[in-house]
Amino acid sequence: MSETDGWRRLSGRMLVIHPIQELLRAWPVLVGLVFAGTAGGQGSWWSLTGTIAVVAAGMLRWFTTTYRISAEQVQVRRGLFRRQLLTVPRDRIRTVDVTANLLHRSLGLAKVEVGTGRTDRKDEAVKLDALHVAEATRLRAELLHRAPARRDTAREDAAREETAAPREALLASVPAAWVRYGPFTLTGLVTVGVIAGVFGRAVNEAHLDPGRLGPVSELLNRWENAGLPVEIAVLVAVLVVAVAVASTLGYVLAFYGFRLKRNALGTVHVTRGLITTRSITIEERRLHGVEISEPLLLRAVRGARCLAITTGLRVGRGAERGGSLLLPPAPRAEAERVGTLVLGRTAPVTAPLTAHGPRATRRRHTRAVGLAALAVAACLVLSWTAGLPAWVWRLSLVLLPVAAFLAWDRARSLGHALIEATLVSRRGSLVRRRSALACEGIIGWNLRQSFFQRRAGLATLVATTAAGRQRIDVQDVPLGEALRLADEALPGLLTPFLDADGRDV
Amino acid sequence: MESSEVSLRPPRHRVSRRALAYWAVRAAAGWLVLLAAEIVWLAEDTARLGAHVAGLVLTVVVAAAHVTVMPQWRYRVHRWESTPEAVYTQSGWFNQERRIAPVSRIQTVDSERGPLEQLFRLANVTVTTASAAGPLKIHGLDRDTAQRLVDELTEGTSADRSDAT
Repeated sequence: MSETDGWRRLSGRMLVIHPIQELLRAWPVLVGLVFAGTAGGQGSWWSLTGTIAVVAAGMLRWFTTTYRISAEQVQVRRGLFRRQLLTVPRDRIRTVDVTANLLHRSLGLAKVEVGTGRTDRKDEAVKLDALHVAEATRLRAELLHRAPARRDTAREDAAREETAAPREALLASVPAAWVRYGPFTLTGLVTVGVIAGVFGRAVNEAHLDPGRLGPVSELLNRWENAGLPVEIAVLVAVLVVAVAVASTLGYVLAFYGFRLKRNALGTVHVTRGLITTRSITIEERRLHGVEISEPLLLRAVRGARCLAITTGLRVGRGAERGGSLLLPPAPRAEAERVGTLVLGRTAPVTAPLTAHGPRATRRRHTRAVGLAALAVAACLVLSWTAGLPAWVWRLSLVLLPVAAFLAWDRARSLGHALIEATLVSRRGSLVRRRSALACEGIIGWNLRQSFFQRRAGLATLVATTAAGRQRIDVQDVPLGEALRLADEALPGLLTPFLDADGRDV
Repeated sequence: MESSEVSLRPPRHRVSRRALAYWAVRAAAGWLVLLAAEIVWLAEDTARLGAHVAGLVLTVVVAAAHVTVMPQWRYRVHRWESTPEAVYTQSGWFNQERRIAPVSRIQTVDSERGPLEQLFRLANVTVTTASAAGPLKIHGLDRDTAQRLVDELTEGTSADRSDAT
């Protein structure tokens, strides 16, 4: 570790990791090279040259990246041609995310990502790839537990002893039996897609034809000679099994050894992962709420996930990757228990909610069924005028009951409450989310009314927040109720704008 | 619900009257580009004169309607108000949206003017909080009013630095 003015470098072992990483990423090309031989054309050689360049660039990254942690701020310097200095005030740090994949782990390294209250833009995140594990752990304690910034080594050692001491209380862990929720997460859908893609690319680069391999071609033949219904059935069955297996594997890989702990110094700490380990620390003061999320399939087996609504963590690109996950798919009651523990309040997570009434229900139905009816009508018209085969519109009739079911379920999901200074809202069907956001985390209101909502006397109340998805929607709530909610959640804010008789000024 | 008589009144202030002219000019400029394109096409392709003229007439009618109605409508709908505690805006005619942000949670107050807006002595003010979901935008303010609003708000914000992130 070279130090000038407190500037530190990433671990020197990264010089080993970068080339391996880049080579792994380029393996389909390399496989292609081996199979195609030297006579196989120029393209492969160009790919190889490109790979070498990328490897070199990766190694250069080590030489150009340095970081410094002072009492007030964290600074990262990087870039060769375009030098960049990233400065983050330490009191803006909300989360620290330590990830180690197989390569990192084999060399005792870990990647550190620091989340701030800022709406995360990609190039503004402080990312240190990678440090020694001990250094990463120490950094986490230093940044979030407000441990004294680096002074003399003796005190540093004392601080380390302190953080290592068991001041953590275990809130939840994942027993092996919960793997049964794995197949219902559908995360495997992506995995199967990716595997198919990678396989396809490798086959393509290597000029292989799997159809020519003995057993495979026999199977393919048999499949092609069967009738159409059988073909479809077999295809669907294969897909379902593949997705279920991949989802289960994904569950094990991501959530093996899951531990949710609370540190007495004011952080919540999640560790998980079989091969790639991940350790996320969230400052509790910034944890403004929790979300119980139930994708339809998971709901069917009475499972649910629990997510944190907090600043400094990216959401939206899949909660698992975003790191805000507090409990992976688990029994519903467990998810609620964890939500209650983390939030420190019970009622917002479990109490029954106020339904939004018949007009909201009607709106759900007109929207869903109306849309489906339009689709069916379009198919019908096309089959009359443009010669679309008749089975298309007959098949599209299936949309109607599906839409009706979704509308019914969505209407049933709608609900809200304001309990224990927490705004609770539930909505959605394919993924039903119950969000509970502490009122002190609300930083404004948007009241939206479409033309049709105004006619129905409904409104969508949006509580804006710096945490999570940046907003909590209370959908299609009667206007008067929306105003009552907003007024009660942040008393006084709305008062000057309220009008007793409800007329324009 | 009908049982509760309380309702949210619209914000008190309208934007500058000069915004009417500005919106009309901007809309007209857009339509003129389209008209010019149509005329060029007509000149190149005189065979289907009737269709071209019909298209031209239709464009002129729609453009006239848009240029006269839109600014009026927008002027009636876009409203704003600020108190020492909160900023309140309203926008949209089909999908109406009202936004309220406490002054204490404001992070930035931007005012900006495009070249055309300069000509009409107008300015836009954008108020952001720590949430990405809730910037409050007021378009077409009188320049002096905008400056006063920005001063007021920045004063209010610097007094209280908690931004609830």
